[in-house]
This record gives sequence, C-alpha cells and structure tokens, in this order.
Amino acid sequence: MNTEITGIILMYAAVVAMAIPLGKYIGKVFSNEKTWLDKIFNPADKVFFKLSGINPLKEMNWKQHLVALLTINLIWFLLCMFVLMNMSWLPLNPDSNASMSADLAFNTSISFISNTNLQHYSGETGMSYLGQLVVMLFQFISAGCGIAIAAVVFFAMKETTAGKLGNFYFLFVRSCTRILFPIALVVSILLLFNGVPMTFDGKDPITNLQGDTVQISRGPVAAFVAIKQIGTNGGGFFGPNSAHPLENPSYFTNIIETISLFLIPIAMVFALGYVLKRRKLAWTIFSVMTIGFLLLLIPTVINEMNGNPAIAKMGIAQPMGSMEGKEVRFGSAASAYWAINTTVTSNGSVNAMHDSLTPLSGMNALLGMMVNCFYGGVGVGFLNFYIFIILAVFISGLMVGRTPEFLGKKIEAREMKIAMIIALLHPLLILAGTAIASYLYAHSPVAYAGWLNNPGYHGFSEMLYEFTSSSANNGSGFEGLGDNTPFWNIACGIVMLLARFLPIIGPVSIAGILANKKYIPESAGTLKTDTATFGLMVFAVIAIVAALSFFPALVLGPIAEYFSIY
Amino acid sequence: MKPSKNNKLFQSSLVKEALKQSFIKLSPTKMFRNPVMFTVWIGTLVMAGVCVWIATGETHQGSLAYNIIITAVLFITLLFANFAEGLAEARGKAQTDNLRKTREETPAKWIQTVGEMYVNEIKIVPSSQLKKGNIFLCETGDTIPSDGEIIEGLATIDESAITGESAPVIREAGGDKSSVTGGTKVLSDKIKVKVTTEAGESFLDKMIALVEGASRQKTPNEIALTILLAGFTLVFIIVTVTLKPFGDYAQTPITIAAFISLFVCLIPTTIGGLLSAIGIAGMDRALRANVITKSGKAVETAGDIDVLLLDKTGTITIGNRKATNFYPANGIDEKQFIKSTVLSSMADETPEGKSIIELAGINPLTYQIQNPRFIKFTAETRSSGIDFEYTKIRKGASDSIRNLVEKAGNSFPAETAERVTIISSNGGTPLVVAENEKVLGVIELQDIIKPGIHERFERLRKMGIKTVMVTGDNPLTAKYIAEKAGVDDFIAEAKPEDKMNYIRKEQSSGRLVAMMGDGTNDAPALAQADVGVAMNSGTQAAKEAGNMVDLDNDPTKLIEVVEIGKQLLMTRGTLTTFSIANDVAKYFAIVPALFISSIPALQGLNIMKLHSPESAILSAVIFNAIIIPLLIPLALKGVVYKPIGASALLRRNVLIYGLGGVIVPFIGIKIIDILVSTFF
Repeated sequence: MNTEITGIILMYAAVVAMAIPLGKYIGKVFSNEKTWLDKIFNPADKVFFKLSGINPLKEMNWKQHLVALLTINLIWFLLCMFVLMNMSWLPLNPDSNASMSADLAFNTSISFISNTNLQHYSGETGMSYLGQLVVMLFQFISAGCGIAIAAVVFFAMKETTAGKLGNFYFLFVRSCTRILFPIALVVSILLLFNGVPMTFDGKDPITNLQGDTVQISRGPVAAFVAIKQIGTNGGGFFGPNSAHPLENPSYFTNIIETISLFLIPIAMVFALGYVLKRRKLAWTIFSVMTIGFLLLLIPTVINEMNGNPAIAKMGIAQPMGSMEGKEVRFGSAASAYWAINTTVTSNGSVNAMHDSLTPLSGMNALLGMMVNCFYGGVGVGFLNFYIFIILAVFISGLMVGRTPEFLGKKIEAREMKIAMIIALLHPLLILAGTAIASYLYAHSPVAYAGWLNNPGYHGFSEMLYEFTSSSANNGSGFEGLGDNTPFWNIACGIVMLLARFLPIIGPVSIAGILANKKYIPESAGTLKTDTATFGLMVFAVIAIVAALSFFPALVLGPIAEYFSIY
Repeated sequence: MKPSKNNKLFQSSLVKEALKQSFIKLSPTKMFRNPVMFTVWIGTLVMAGVCVWIATGETHQGSLAYNIIITAVLFITLLFANFAEGLAEARGKAQTDNLRKTREETPAKWIQTVGEMYVNEIKIVPSSQLKKGNIFLCETGDTIPSDGEIIEGLATIDESAITGESAPVIREAGGDKSSVTGGTKVLSDKIKVKVTTEAGESFLDKMIALVEGASRQKTPNEIALTILLAGFTLVFIIVTVTLKPFGDYAQTPITIAAFISLFVCLIPTTIGGLLSAIGIAGMDRALRANVITKSGKAVETAGDIDVLLLDKTGTITIGNRKATNFYPANGIDEKQFIKSTVLSSMADETPEGKSIIELAGINPLTYQIQNPRFIKFTAETRSSGIDFEYTKIRKGASDSIRNLVEKAGNSFPAETAERVTIISSNGGTPLVVAENEKVLGVIELQDIIKPGIHERFERLRKMGIKTVMVTGDNPLTAKYIAEKAGVDDFIAEAKPEDKMNYIRKEQSSGRLVAMMGDGTNDAPALAQADVGVAMNSGTQAAKEAGNMVDLDNDPTKLIEVVEIGKQLLMTRGTLTTFSIANDVAKYFAIVPALFISSIPALQGLNIMKLHSPESAILSAVIFNAIIIPLLIPLALKGVVYKPIGASALLRRNVLIYGLGGVIVPFIGIKIIDILVSTFF
C-alpha cells in the first residue's frame, strides 16, 4: 500500500490504542480513584488548595459549577488583556516586540481563554516571551476548564446523582495536573529531542549559504507546541504554526503532534464510558464520531493526493498530489489528515495552509468545524455532541411512541428549549457574521479591498472559514484573509466568546436539570441509546442540522469553486 | 354511539365543515397559535404585496403571473393546514354530536323536596332544568334525563345509546353499580336518581369542548415539539435572511418570491400544518374506542405507561368462577353427591351457584322436596345451604365445613382434604358439601381465563409494560392464574389500600402506572394512578377520580388506550422526521435555481434536472403544499404501532419516514416539474 496512506492509518490506530487506556485513566482521575500519579501530584494539589482557600471536597450544583467557571475565566481574560497590551515594557522581551493594540489584544485574549487560539498576529514579531508564556498558560487553563466541565456533565448523567456533581476547582486542578501536564511533559520532551527549540534567548543570527545574515526567531517552543496540540488549542508559537520547521521539524515530530492532537478528544469518550459504567454507550458515541470523521477524511485525502485539476490542465504531473501550501517533509496525505484532524477537534493548529486545499477538502474542513463534535475539542466536543443526542433522543423517542428519555431522564419542553437555542447558536454566529462581512464587502469593495486576496467564491470561503473557525473555537484560518483589522478582531472576538461559553452553559444546565429529575428504570419500551440504530439517528440529526443550515453558504463558496474548476 | 363507526375520512358533510373552517382559521389570532404556519401566513401576505408591487410597475421580481401563482400556492398551503385541523375537529364533533343526541331535552320526573323530606309530588320539567342534587324518578320506558346516582330501587337499563351494547344491564342503589347515564333507557322497574352533575358539566360535555378546541391545551410533548419546530423555523429564517448578502457578494440578484419559497419549503410546514390535527385525532380515536378523556394529556401519558394494574375478574378471567368438577368423598355415591349439591344451590343466585346446577345438568325442581328452608351465605358461617325435612345440606369453604363436621364429632375425610389442596394449588376454589354434618365431597370451581388474553399480555410485555393482576384470591390461587394468564406480577388477597400502596411503590421508583376501577373504594387509587380509567357503570366518586371514563365498562380497554397514546406520539415523531427529511430534496431543487443564472457551473447541483429556475421553485412549493392533504389520512388514523421493541420500531420508522422522507420529494418534485415545465 502507498506509504503515505499507511502512515495515516498507523497514526489513527496508534491514537485509538492509546486513547482507550487513557480514557480509563481520565475516568479514574474524575472519580477520584487511585492512580499512580497520586504520589507526585497529591502534595502539589494540596498546596494549590491551601493557598487559594478552596475546599476541594465541597459539592457544587450545576449553577455553582457554571459560576465558578465563568468567574475564573473573566479574571484570566482581564489578566491576559493586561499582559498583551503592556508586554513591550514587561520582562522577557529580548526581541523588543511591541505591545498589542486594544482590539487585537481583545481578540487574542478571548481567543486563548475560549480555547480557540485564532491568531491575528504572528508569534515571532507580535509577542514577547512573557506574552507567549501567558498564552501558553491559557492553553492549559482553557483545556482544563473544558475537561472539568465535561466531567460535571458526565457526573450529571449518572443514574443516581443525588446532587453530587463534584467540585469544579477540584476537577479543574486535577484536569491540569493529572491529565494535561503529564502528557504535555512527555510530548515536549519528545519534541525537544527531535529539534524543536526550547530557550529564552532572543533571535539567533546565522549566516546562510548565500552569505547573508538571517535572524532566526526562537523561544520556549517545545513546551508551547506540546500543550497547543494536547489541549486542542492550536495556537502556534510562530505564525505558520506547525508548518514552521522549528515547530514541526520532521515527519516523526509530525506523527507525535498529530497523535497528541487527537488523543484526549477520543479518550474523553472512553472516560465517559468509564465514569458512567456504560462502555457500550461510549463505543456507540465513538462509532458515530468515527464515521463522521472518516466521511470527511477519506474524500479529503483522495482529493489532495489527486492533485489540483487547474495544474493538471497545464500539463504538469503531480506525483505528490496537490502540494500548494504544503510542506514537502509531510506530503499531501499527512497534511490532509492533519487538516481534518484539526478541524473536527476544534484544535486549529495547521501543518499546511488550508487556503490552498482543493475546494472539496476546504469544504470538509469547514464541515468539520460546522459539526464541531466529531470528537471535538477537549471536553467541549462531547458537550456539543450531547446537544445532538438530546435532539435525536427527542425525535426518536416520539417515533417509538414514548415521551423521550435519555439515560432514564425525561426530556421535556425546558430541555428542548435550551438544546434548540444551542443548536441554533452555531449557524447564527457563522451565517450572520459571514453575512455582515459579505454585505460590507459587496457594498463597498474598495473600502474593504484589503480583506480578500482572492475575490469570488474563494474569497467567500475565506470569510466563511474565519467565522466558522471562530464559532467552532477552532482557530485555524483560511489565511489570505487580511484579518488584523478592528472589524475582524472585534467580530471574531464576540463570536468566539459567545460560541465558547453558551455551548458550555447549555449542556451543563440540561444535564443539571435532568440530574434532578426522577430516574425511570429501563423497560422493553425504552429506547436504548447504546445501539447502532440510535447511533445512526444521532448521525442523521447531526448531518441534517449541519447540511440544512450551511448548505446554501457552502454552495456559494467551495461547491461553486469546485464546479468551476473541475 | 354505535360501535359501527363511520371510518370514512372524507365524508362530504365533514369536508364541507372543514372547508369552512379552513377559511375561518385564517384569522391571525388563530394562526398565531402555530408558529410554523404563522410564518407562512406572513410570507403569503408579503407575496401578495409583491404582486401588487409588480402590477404597479416593478420589473426585477419576475413576471406577475409567476408571482401570483406562488402567492396562490402559499395561500393554498395555509388552507390545507387549516383543512387538516378542521377535518379532525369535524370528525371529533361528529362523534360528540352522536353522544350529544343522547342529551337532548327529555322530560324529567322531578321529585320535589321540602327540606330533607320528599314530597310525593312529581313535577314534569325539562331535563335542562335539573340541578345538581335534585332527585328524579324513572319508570319503565323512561329515558333517564341526566347523569346521576340511584338512591333507591333497582332497574334494568338499556345503555346501547352510549355503549352500543344491546344487552340490558342492571343498576341498583348502593354498591358500585349505582351510576346511570343521561340518555339511557329504563327497561323495567322504577328507580329514584339523584343528579350528580350540573347540566353542561358532565364528562361528555368536557370531552365535547376538548375536541371542539374551546378548551384544548397543548400537551407537554406537543409543547416540546413546537419548540423544536420553532427552532428549525428560526434556523431557516437565519439561512434565508443571510442568503441576501451572500447573493449580493456573489452578484446574484434573488427575487423575493424565491426567498419566500425557499423559506416556506425549508420550514417544517408538513408537521406544522398537521400537528394539531394529530392531537385532536388522538382524542377522537379514544372516543371511537368509547373512552372519554378528560384531557389530551391523559391520552399522551397512556403511551408512557410502565405498569398496568388489572382486576382479575372480568379482565383476565371471564366474569366469575365456574364449577368444573364434582369429587365425591370415598364411599359416597356420585349421583347422591350431585343431587345434594344441586339442592344446596337451588336458591343460590350467585354465578357460582348457577354454574353448579349448569354442570350437574339437572333441573332442581325435578327433586320433590317438602318445606325447603334456604340458608343464605353469611360472612360468619361462610357457607350456604338448604334444610328440608330432616336433611341439612351445607356447602362452603373447606375450613368452615371442617369446623361444622368436626364439631358434630365426625371426621373430615383425608382424601377430601387432599383434593382441596390439589384444587387450590391449581388455581381453583374448592367448595366442600356436607349433609347432616357428614362430608359428601368437593366441588371444584375454576376461573376461566379469557381466550387470547395471554397474547395480549405478551404484546404488552413487548411494549415494555408490566402487567399486575389484582385479586381477592389467596396467594396460591393467584399465583396459578397469574402464571397461566401470563401476567408479570399479582397482588393477592387485595384490599383497596393494597392497590394504592402498590401504585405508590411503583411511582416512587419512577414508573407510570395505569389502572382501571369502578368502585368508590377504587377512587383514591384511580386518582393516584397516572392514568385512571373509571368504568361508566362505576360510582360517581370513581369517575371523578380517574382521568378517563370507559363507556363500555370493558376492563381490557386499558390496553387499547395505551396503544392510542403510543400512536399519538409516534405519528408526531414520524411526521416530524418526514418533514425535515424532505428538506434535502427541496434544497437540491431550489438552491441551484437561485444561483444558476449567475453561476452556470452550479448546473451540476441540479441533480433532478429540473426544467428552469422558475419551474424548480414552483415545483418545490407545490410539492410542499400538496404533501399536507396527502398526509391527512395518516395524521388522522395514526401511524400503526407494532410492539416489536423500541429499537426495531425506531429502525422501521426511520426507514419508512426518514429514508422515505428523503426519497419521496425527489420523485414528487420531478413529476410536478414535468407538468409545470410546459408553462415555465
């Protein structure tokens, strides 16, 4: 078989093989069962809790969980704004980079607390090392928040909760210290030994073959890249992200980074199975996610490996596939694989430029973010999936002639209202944002000429992609969009903010309300949610909601582009 | 109401009424109740405005004829949806009119009172003037003027006007069979009846109001579904509105007609238009099964029932026990034994007593006996019998006869004692017969389990419903019958409070319980149960406590009620799925049509090869409209419920209504396009 394809199959197999035990481990961490890392981290946790005066054993209800999450996020947001706007005079700035403008700092701060890591700047010139360290910290924090709040929903889904949903701070600290930190440590050491720099020194002047002196940007890259991948953050140290040779020097580091990108999102599904003691349900969810993922991945790999028809028409052979915007050391298949991985998981790091993907691959990347729950971001991916489960349970419950129930809890008007608002939010943010941008551009193309490098369908895709990426808290970009302007900074900032926190509040409140309802034992008339039939139903709901909301927009962007070049 | 119900959906009188209603229901205050159709209503108004605009000179919105046709199709869509609701209401009304006929003005023989005293003066008044608490007299041939409770006397009554059952029933004062219904006829004897409900407030009146929409409220599931549909409608508002700037960017002018058509096609008009019709049809189906529901919610809850409490007698077994065998004691001649049993049962009016004579096949009057004295059954002696000349025959429960026999110094034969145990453990009731304090033998009484009941319980089990038999029998007998009939659990030696406790226990573990009852002592349990079906023959208290009344007094009716509830939910679910699945094809019809003129490459998306943008849009809108009347029969009759387990049922319905919902409109739109393409 083609080595490139073998490579991606092995990468996927490795991820699943590691995700199953990791999921069990995460489940143990949530349930406060003994793990082998306890000896090292228990004392550290104790110091955290002692210093902050938090009692980690105090049970919280779902509202208290949300208050805790929103409060700490607000404080971090303010802290991040302060650093980014003042880093020119703050320490650790060997390259004397400037502070950010207010709108860019707003966009960047929201971007990092919301786990989006959309970057309207380039790390080499736009950030001091202090700034980089702060945003790196946020890559831990935002991922930890996501994992912790997913744990709350897991607890709420248990048969008999009796109001025991754990303590948010406890779950959050453990998510960071027991899950993210150990894995990030391993990954960063592996990267370090394979050529990724880790230093606080400034630019390194070297003399190239032409005899010119070149300033090479560097910094604490290895640590940064590890958490960027592990926490589905995706915020690169350098502008080109993992396409940059110092962030991702070789095919081997590419394997490590691809695996890290996918590991926790998949493991979270198995953690659900462990916490609820419903392994079959976990496998059903995993299967639905995997089918969706494969349906996006396979055509993308084929399209990219087949090359670009516009180039083929010029009579140029493309034995390596469509290589525009891709790194020779990775090749088209591994780049296509990464492109889908990063968009379905809301990671947003890239190892190739998505702007250069062939039209249908670009559409699949968009669809991955529009669905945003085929694995999805750490923790929040499952929350998004949860909303679709609720909708599927409702429709299929009616179809079998029973008031719909999920895991023994009745789904009624109040839950439907919340689920529907959350399901509406994503299309609303993406379509309304893109509509405003299209309107502005269409009515004064001269004033906004700087926005689009490519007019026409591709330009439309660029705008659509930017809002989709923001709303999915993904952070990757169809670069080519001139996005460091007040409009894009503020509009995307607002979209990221709403799209991060409302889809957390919604599922947590549904799960919290359901947890307080009476448990109805299963009978032969109960619709089982861990069957292939129900899995298919969830898939249909996801496909129809995404297809129905976004079809016209996709027709005007990638589909029109496809029909015009093929 | 006769059971020979007219099931023809489109009776001309009903259609006429429904047509009238489709226009009346266009009033915005009525349309506003249904968010999905209300948006279509607004769309139609906008299109009407566009038509006027074009007529006054606007040239960018397509031809006037085309716009008028689109407006007309949208208007017809609204009418179709209203027609569905109107037809459901008309059918319900036709049913209730039948019932209402029974409450026409009838003369009532009002017994006037002075304080607590009856005056022996009867005044004939119209039935509508009777007040709650009034007392009236009914004699042979009278039609009972109002619902009430017999306070004095006993009568045979023809209830066929209500139940369709022609065999007369006996109603008497006191006990659980004291209730009479207005409109039924006294066949013999004379009763005094106390009015229990004010005119216009009976269950029937409530039901009529429910069906006619005056007091119809949305049920919880209906509300949740409306939220889902409103959500989808909002998504498509977003999709349609944002398409305008997208079109500006792509330099594609889109006509208002195209926008509104896209929007109307995408929103779930099919289910939106049929939703209330489905709900009314559910209550109507209950009514056709001769069950009066006090709210739509009760029907819906019936579909969720987990536990069914059923009385043994009449539900699981036929009426009463029957004698099946005579077992004479050792040394007793069988003929002699049978003679004694027949004599002892001569005056026994209980069904058991009659069945003994039936089994013996001997007319007791053929025995010439002198001066018989009949001994009635009492709770203390627990036996009955006959005394004549020097003979004393007693029959009764084995321990009471044993007492009797042993007191007289005789022994209770061992083989008889053994037989008694065998009969009990086989679910039968042994009756021991003794003559002059000497045991003659045992009569075996057996419960006859209704034919087909085992299959019904199997069906219920597949639905996920647990059946519980309630009986006064001892646990041994109860267990035997429970096993034989196939029920999952039983309550033996049941006292009224046992039912209540059982219901509470099941409810506290999250299950929904249904039960049927008729007696006053059933009332608390009927009220406690999630679905309580009172028999029409039952007491007023029972009828007040339950949330349904079964006019047929048929204890197996609960099973039907559960299926009606399930059908109601399923019909909503499948039509929602169908409606949303339709959007795939509509997208493929309309979206290429919107952009094809400015982006010719998109011809590739026109997979149905529709003739022109205009014909494509028109076909989609027409399909969207005519699918509503096409689905009216399904909405009114309900989706067939098959107890094949939830997952299999889901698979089946997803296949038929989900996949079908994707494919059917592709075919339908293509066919309509072929017809339309000759014009556009």
